[in-house]
Amino acid sequence: MLGAVACTVLVLIASMVIFVFAKAWPSFANNGLGWFGGGDVDRQLEDIINGPATESGFIYEIGAFNLLWGTALTTLGAVVIGLGFALFAAIFIVEFAPPRLNRILEPVVRLLAAVPSVVYGLIGVLVIANLVRENLVTADRKDSVNFVVQLTGESLLVAVVILTVMITPIMIAIIVDALRAVPRSWTEGAAALGVNRWRVMWTIAVRTARPAIIAAAVLATARALGEAIMLSMVAGSKGFAPNPFDGFTFFLEPTRPLAATIVEYQESSNLEPVGQTLYAFAAIILISTVALSIGGYLAKQPMRKYGVRP
Amino acid sequence: MATTPGWRPTDPAGTIESWPLVDRVGYRLAWAAGIALCLIAASVVLFLAVKGIQFITFDLLADRPIADIDQSKSGGFRDPLIGTVLLTIIGTLLAIPIGVATALWLTEYGRPTRLARAVESGVEVVAGTPSIVLAIFGLLIFSQGIFSFLSFTDTGGAVFGRSFFAAAAMMSLIALPLVVGATREALQAVPGHVREASYALGKTKAATIRRVLLPAVRPGIGTGAALGMGRIAGDTAIVILLLGASLQLQGVGGTPLVGDLRGTGSTLTSYVYLNSPAGEGNAPEKAYAAAFVLLMIVIALNYSISRIARGREGGLSGAV
Repeated sequence: MLGAVACTVLVLIASMVIFVFAKAWPSFANNGLGWFGGGDVDRQLEDIINGPATESGFIYEIGAFNLLWGTALTTLGAVVIGLGFALFAAIFIVEFAPPRLNRILEPVVRLLAAVPSVVYGLIGVLVIANLVRENLVTADRKDSVNFVVQLTGESLLVAVVILTVMITPIMIAIIVDALRAVPRSWTEGAAALGVNRWRVMWTIAVRTARPAIIAAAVLATARALGEAIMLSMVAGSKGFAPNPFDGFTFFLEPTRPLAATIVEYQESSNLEPVGQTLYAFAAIILISTVALSIGGYLAKQPMRKYGVRP
Repeated sequence: MATTPGWRPTDPAGTIESWPLVDRVGYRLAWAAGIALCLIAASVVLFLAVKGIQFITFDLLADRPIADIDQSKSGGFRDPLIGTVLLTIIGTLLAIPIGVATALWLTEYGRPTRLARAVESGVEVVAGTPSIVLAIFGLLIFSQGIFSFLSFTDTGGAVFGRSFFAAAAMMSLIALPLVVGATREALQAVPGHVREASYALGKTKAATIRRVLLPAVRPGIGTGAALGMGRIAGDTAIVILLLGASLQLQGVGGTPLVGDLRGTGSTLTSYVYLNSPAGEGNAPEKAYAAAFVLLMIVIALNYSISRIARGREGGLSGAV
């Protein structure tokens, strides 16, 4: 009885993968590898929406490279910045924070993890995007890319900054638990040999917790990939691929990841070809997050070898 | 040795000033990261508190929202507030039995082992699946004909697939991994001799679970449920895709409660989204006020967790 209930989770995942892929299939089948190619995504989506309403006339043409590139940039940017920050913050919480500060820090981590993404998005679009527009978007910069895209302040930079704030608490929590699970005798042994406190943490604890650090990064990547609402609010909402060769202007260019695209076009999803295209986006996110979650689960396993349950 | 006042045992590695440069830099960076964390949290909360208290009025909480360009006529967020409460309660009620059953099976039975490992990683997969994917999957499922009793049906026979029932069912999947995690942790903390004592008194395994284990893990279930409620209250993607995000509650049919649940509505999160510059309403003052109320709800749920979990040793990562 209990086992049957427990197994519904597996049934659910299987049906999720099957249903989403079945619905998404026409979009992949009609584009082939061109699906991952470049092109003006926003115009293609408009064409799909305005296309004929009969089965034979459905338009499917899409090259989602800009959206994939936007997803990759925001996710990787946030995870790379966030991981460094999370590692130092976790070491601080476990080893160096005075007890009184620690009593504040743990609720702070919980709070930052619990703040709804729409609230982060609101602050991003009303405060940080404004700051960027007023201080960083100069007339020269606007002119230099005016022929491809307009700079409005809502940009890759704001998206990465806020996404970092959103996923860092997740990584801190996982790393803190792993660092705390490192056997006390190991760190005390090192300290007794005259190693200073920082080096004890860095060489003994962090090294033991390495699997958990990888797991933290992987799970945070999954979270960042699927963030839709906040990114649709602050990233500028244009299917544009920021160009790294534009120098610093690169960070000020707008973009729109896959998940945000689903939210913005969901109103047209009852039109068959639009729906199928959106499910194709969802299928890409789903398959990546399933792989990352399983990867994170496996990455945590080596900690058990030490009798440590992260 | 007579201890002189102010004497402290010295660190064999010397004072921080005598550490190698790399170590000192690392130490300072750790401090900087910790303080930055506090500053970010403080600025988020204080900023929203200032903006929220500035714009919030009793009328905003009590009035129904009305679509109007003129912001003085567009009403408040009574319906979204009710929507948040309804959705949170139904979602959690769905998640608790499934979550507790899964956790019990994993810790108390868990045979065959391979299946248990698969379920365990399956729960992590559900935890890692973004809510936007859950939402779009739910839309697909609930617009099937057999679920027509859960939402609007068009005159043409097409099932709308967007209702409180549909949204709550998908929301329960967000809360599920948190309930499973917290319950499992609590079950693992129950010492083995407690179970053995129960068996020694002639109780069956089922009776042990019902009479001994479940009462013991009640705080754990509470923690998981509160965490799940916070997550449900804060989710936007599922609301926008699966609840229809119509400003007012729009019931179907005459039955009071069931009709409302079959209908569409909105929550505080979708209200904030629609009133932000990204949405159609674009009324930042109301968005700030609603965001403040939302943040207060989430903070209250978090505070209740630390009340429930007081005295128990809980990891930090259970909360995310």
